[in-house]
Amino acid sequence: MIAYYSSLAMVTSAVLYLLAMTVHAAEWASARAVKVPEPVLVGAGAEPDGVVTPSGVLVEDAPPARSQRIELLGRAALGITFVAAATHILGVVLRGVAANRAPWGNMYEFITSALAAVVIVYLVMALRGTRWLGLPATLLLAIGQGLAVTVFYVDVSELMPALHSVWFRIHIFAAVAAAAAFNIGGIAALIYLWRSRAEAKGSVRGYLARIPSADALDRISYRFHAFAFPLWTFTIAAGAIWAQYAWGRFWGWDPKETWSLATWIIYAGYLHARATVGWKGRRAAIVALIGLASFWFNFVGINLLTSGLHSYAGI
Amino acid sequence: MKSVFSWLRFAWTTLTSMRTALILLLILGIAAIPGSFLPQRPTDPVGVADHLRANPGVGEWLNRLGFYDVFGSPWFAAIYLLLFISLIGCILPRTATFVRALRQPPSPAPGRLSRLPEFTTGLVVASGDEVLAAAEAHLRAHKYRVRRESSAISAERGYLREAGNLVFHICLVTTLIGLAWGALFSFKGTAIVVEGQAFSNTLTQYDEFGGGAGFRAAQLSPFTVRLDSFEAEFETGPVQQGAARLFRAEVTVTGAGGAPSQQVLEVNAPVTVGGNSVHLLGHGYAPVVTVRDGNGDVAFSGPVVFLPQDANFRSDGVIKAPDARPERLAFEGVFLPTAGEDGANGMVSVFPDVLNPQLLVNAWAGPPKAETGMPENVYSLNKTGLTQLTKPNGDPVRAGLAVGTSYELPDGRGSISFDGWKRWTKLQISNTPGGWLTLGSVMLAVLGMSISLSVKPRRLFVRAVPEPTGQLTISVAGLDRVDGREGLAAEVRALALACGLSNSEADKEEP
Repeated sequence: MIAYYSSLAMVTSAVLYLLAMTVHAAEWASARAVKVPEPVLVGAGAEPDGVVTPSGVLVEDAPPARSQRIELLGRAALGITFVAAATHILGVVLRGVAANRAPWGNMYEFITSALAAVVIVYLVMALRGTRWLGLPATLLLAIGQGLAVTVFYVDVSELMPALHSVWFRIHIFAAVAAAAAFNIGGIAALIYLWRSRAEAKGSVRGYLARIPSADALDRISYRFHAFAFPLWTFTIAAGAIWAQYAWGRFWGWDPKETWSLATWIIYAGYLHARATVGWKGRRAAIVALIGLASFWFNFVGINLLTSGLHSYAGI
Repeated sequence: MKSVFSWLRFAWTTLTSMRTALILLLILGIAAIPGSFLPQRPTDPVGVADHLRANPGVGEWLNRLGFYDVFGSPWFAAIYLLLFISLIGCILPRTATFVRALRQPPSPAPGRLSRLPEFTTGLVVASGDEVLAAAEAHLRAHKYRVRRESSAISAERGYLREAGNLVFHICLVTTLIGLAWGALFSFKGTAIVVEGQAFSNTLTQYDEFGGGAGFRAAQLSPFTVRLDSFEAEFETGPVQQGAARLFRAEVTVTGAGGAPSQQVLEVNAPVTVGGNSVHLLGHGYAPVVTVRDGNGDVAFSGPVVFLPQDANFRSDGVIKAPDARPERLAFEGVFLPTAGEDGANGMVSVFPDVLNPQLLVNAWAGPPKAETGMPENVYSLNKTGLTQLTKPNGDPVRAGLAVGTSYELPDGRGSISFDGWKRWTKLQISNTPGGWLTLGSVMLAVLGMSISLSVKPRRLFVRAVPEPTGQLTISVAGLDRVDGREGLAAEVRALALACGLSNSEADKEEP
């Protein structure tokens, strides 16, 4: 019965994320037509932190009725996301209660937990004024949560013996946290590429004008990656220790292990690229996005395509 | 000669540059990928054979180029060895620079502070010494290293960033050394042990064994592990039916010169004895049978290890009675822990646990064979000199036995009875010296990396210039060595206040 309410909450949150995404899309579309004078934007870079909402600047330039509508849509979308997050987190907690363990035992549980971490981080940032993440963040949440409840869903069951370990909780918790940070860092990198192209062309208008400068986006993206990378390293190390206990070897080139290492190497490449002349900025951001693609492939593709010791999807 | 030297110099600077390291990193990431899609010889030799058979043309080339053992191939080793040489070539000069920087005070303040990202200035009525002393005290309280000059101060903090960075990269090298050490001197082997039987740590008792290049058989320390009992439970509910839920082995371990001790061996809880780890890797069934020969004597009796073939533990095995007289006997058998009908395939096992055990056998007989002492595969039957027994109507003999039943072979050749079953476990015995170095290095590397990515290196400057009016112009400025940090403006303001500038003056910015 608890499991049923958990699923109900998860499905509800998926629908609400989709709704929030639609409202954000309407917000962006409304902002599209707003013309922005260029110099105002460059000035926004004076804030060293980069977490700025230049909305005030822009709204003044837009016709009052329209800017009010943009603001209203943005707030509505954020409100819906809050409700969605509440049902989402409730779903994760109920799943844990129903299974009587940490709800990280299969792909469905991992994906819902990781997205819960994403939405928490996003909402904390949005409250601090980073609402421009709204459209891509709700897009990710709607797609992820939608796939989770439709394709990846499995009923509650006990764990297999190899997962009965304290390392299970340590390994997966670190992976969930790293997943959340890599995803938000990746979204920031994507927006950075978009915005920096517009800046180079001198055509910063519409919603793009409402988000921070390319430099600030690059810094935000870096900060999330710099947080996620040590966590991901720790995830791999904890996994290796656990593998030593469970399978008697700490590294065996299992497909999941290989792709974890490949993902680690790509992100190490990102951190080095940011310090290399000719790779800074655009190329570094592309390396980060390749890293994110590798992360997702490791998570979804490896579970479904190859058979290895980590084939715990249960589908 | 000079050109060779300069070429070497060029090669070294190119190899140790950040750009080369970055490209090598990305190549290493790409190179690892085929190993996750193609079957790999060390982990899946059967898969490699299948793949070779399915792709004869391409497979041969993949084989030659080492794609069936990517992580042991020379080209993969070449990439990571180049990367590590590049890494060492980068670490050594950076360590030297860092040590030098630690011994010297921070570099002097730049001439024009107003050019720095954060800058503030104002007039105070005070002596230069007073102001600089106050600034120095403020900076030292905030953990800055300070260089005091006659009319200026430069201060720096965040040295831990570079220290963490160096620790991380040095630990990568020691991790590789630990891994190489382990690969050289470690051994790993597996043995199948039936309930009630024991394993002794000598080479002949292993079913599979692999040791590093530096391994010597004398390294094997003497100990025995007796499998007293093994318990397995499987999911009986509707969700994931048949999935494993519990494996638990009770063992008696006797180390060198020690008293036997009873221990529990589980999947995540290996047993250690004499520096060796004993892991529980797998399990299966061993039907217990008794074979009587044509003379009515017991020719074989006991458990026979059968190897599982599918997730429901349909297990295949061979029962051999070479001492049966007048003819030696042999049986090919299939053990079904929970026998059930499957329309297409006849009898199958429908559940991994033992609920309805059945032993299906066919029978072979032949004249006795001379003892040659040649080793023989216990899991397959060499049929030379044997003929399959048939019923009077010409059909081959096929017996389906339940526990406690027996089958009389035609023409008084003897009988086989299915007395019961036991479980067996596959134990892995391994010893990896240098593991502590690898583990310690990885942990230290994570720590170093976390420090390096979170510490903010920052430089602050103060200059006091006396004016003709008797007042003092104070300039305060700050600079972040690494981007992505915050709070620089606040720190510059706090330092300006410590220098005696008032709040309103400190807020005033002159870019």
